[in-house]
Amino acid sequence: MIGPDELLALYELMAVIRRTEKAAHDAFLAGLVKGTTHLAAGHEAVAVGASFALRADDYVFATYRGHHHAIARGASPEECLAELMSKATGVCRAKGGSMHLTKASAGMLGSYAIVGAHLPLAAGAAWSAKMRGSGQVAVAFFGDGATNIGAFHEALNIAAVWSLPVIFVCENNLYMEYTPIGSVTAVPNPAADRASAYAMPSEVIDGNDVVVVVEAVARAAELARSGGGPTLIEARTYRHFGHSRTDPATYRPEAEVEEWLRRDPLDIARSRLAALGMPGEAIAAADERAGLVVADALAAAKAAPPPDPGEALTDVWADGGSAWRT
Amino acid sequence: MADVTITYREAVAEGLARELRRDPAVVCLGEDIGAAGGVFKTTAGLLEEFGPGRIWDTPISEQAILGLAMGAAMTGMRPVAEIMFSDFFAVCFDYLANEMPKMRYMTGGQVTVPLVVRTANGGGLGFGAQHSQSVENWTLAIPGLKIVAPSNPADVIGLMASAVQSADPVVFFEHKGLFASKGPAAPAGHVVPLGQASAARAGTDITVVALAATVPMALAAAEQVAASDGVSVDVIDLRCLVPLDMAAVLASVGRTSRLLIVEENPYQGGWGGTVASIVADEGFELLDAPIRRVAAACVPLPFADTLEQQVIPTVGAVVSAIKALMAY
Repeated sequence: MIGPDELLALYELMAVIRRTEKAAHDAFLAGLVKGTTHLAAGHEAVAVGASFALRADDYVFATYRGHHHAIARGASPEECLAELMSKATGVCRAKGGSMHLTKASAGMLGSYAIVGAHLPLAAGAAWSAKMRGSGQVAVAFFGDGATNIGAFHEALNIAAVWSLPVIFVCENNLYMEYTPIGSVTAVPNPAADRASAYAMPSEVIDGNDVVVVVEAVARAAELARSGGGPTLIEARTYRHFGHSRTDPATYRPEAEVEEWLRRDPLDIARSRLAALGMPGEAIAAADERAGLVVADALAAAKAAPPPDPGEALTDVWADGGSAWRT
Repeated sequence: MADVTITYREAVAEGLARELRRDPAVVCLGEDIGAAGGVFKTTAGLLEEFGPGRIWDTPISEQAILGLAMGAAMTGMRPVAEIMFSDFFAVCFDYLANEMPKMRYMTGGQVTVPLVVRTANGGGLGFGAQHSQSVENWTLAIPGLKIVAPSNPADVIGLMASAVQSADPVVFFEHKGLFASKGPAAPAGHVVPLGQASAARAGTDITVVALAATVPMALAAAEQVAASDGVSVDVIDLRCLVPLDMAAVLASVGRTSRLLIVEENPYQGGWGGTVASIVADEGFELLDAPIRRVAAACVPLPFADTLEQQVIPTVGAVVSAIKALMAY
């Protein structure tokens, strides 16, 4: 069980992610972020809860909506915001952008922008761990929309057949991009209801309750590490922003939005903290620290220089270069 | 040792076995590669020697095969994945086009992807339009992949060693039409560096640049025109498309002043266009005749032998092109 101090730390990390996403949103509107962003405000409990349940050397693979996973695994808000703003200090040296945040040194092995592509990669990292006998597990986070693409099914099948130590975590936020997942899927739970086809244990959980996420991922990780193979977790959650960029998400019914905003993962964590006897001042102090961290990160990212133009031609190959001919 | 010969297909298994023995991080996965020894028997004997912990039979799931290989490569293993026919690249192309070649670059160098994707490529065996294509040009269109296509058994072994030891993703094209061909066995420890063309035949009148199955084709054509017309043909076996040994091509054209490129992929978008454009750009003064390409016709590959011979390059077509360029 998670103690009050641990839960406060998880709360503070969720608050950091929430503020980072707000800062990213504002920076985008101010023209400081080019291209696109897919913000994860609302999804914080999935990333923070799962990360808490994992070992430091476990592997995480995320999607283009992956800021929360990068930060939950240890990327700093500063290097993430700098990446979004095309700065030399970005976590991928401004060569990846919002959709490809990666922090390999923390086991966060990438954010992938082709829907479903990284599920086989996570299975591969788990296969590697199994062959090396390292006891590591790999986790693939993906959206509800990925459950109808072939790579999802190929990955689930081979992971089950080879009993790989991988955890598939669907962040079901009810909408693929603009279309409700329920209107294009034959089963009510787009991820969990497919698990039986692969003889894989699965559960549908409240993805907005960080404690519930910790417990579910911890169970799955224990099963995986003990040789019990993969688990599929469908975490129901909701995004607070639209799909991307400036999408106002007007396709979502107002009552639905209100209901989910009442179930804000930060509010749920605050209630749990209060129930555990955490003083309100301690929670407020955590909020204040989170605010300062992100304010400092934003200022540092804004002040950082752009990448050296010569970087465009580096790091295609492992020797650091890009030469393709003599 | 010199009189020991092996087949191209045996060389594939031998090249893999040498790397599997050398490095415990090397593992193989693919459809029917284990118990069945591969549909072309290019992995025969590997399961028996290395066991199911090194040689993994997969479901028919090409995306899973390449995705698992990539995830394992990113986490300390050296996977060698087989895609049974190169035509099937189309069902897992995301991994070849978007994932493997881009991961190192778009993470700012945080991640490397040391793996090999082996595949049976090319026509001439009557497998029809979906099992006969030469698709090396598909991969050449993607920055970030190294591309190998050996023409003889010793090169299969030497290039396999380099491919497996490479820290970058390598696509290794094994030509179906060459599997039964024989050549000298490679000595122990034989390594052919990636990106070094070989001088398959020395000549002074015309350069013929070839790859994989078009190498023996070019050599046969060279013997014919030597006998019939006294033409001395310099044959360059590129061995790799990336890295592309243009220094060898330009040096040869400097000696011969004529260039013919023989490629099995379609003329439309074929690799010879890249070679020709570099020679036109950097070797224009060396040339006494236009650059010519013998490539596959721009149609799907037909089934019947008589039709397939109309589409993919033949010795006769290479002979005609050499004679036409010499008469220019």
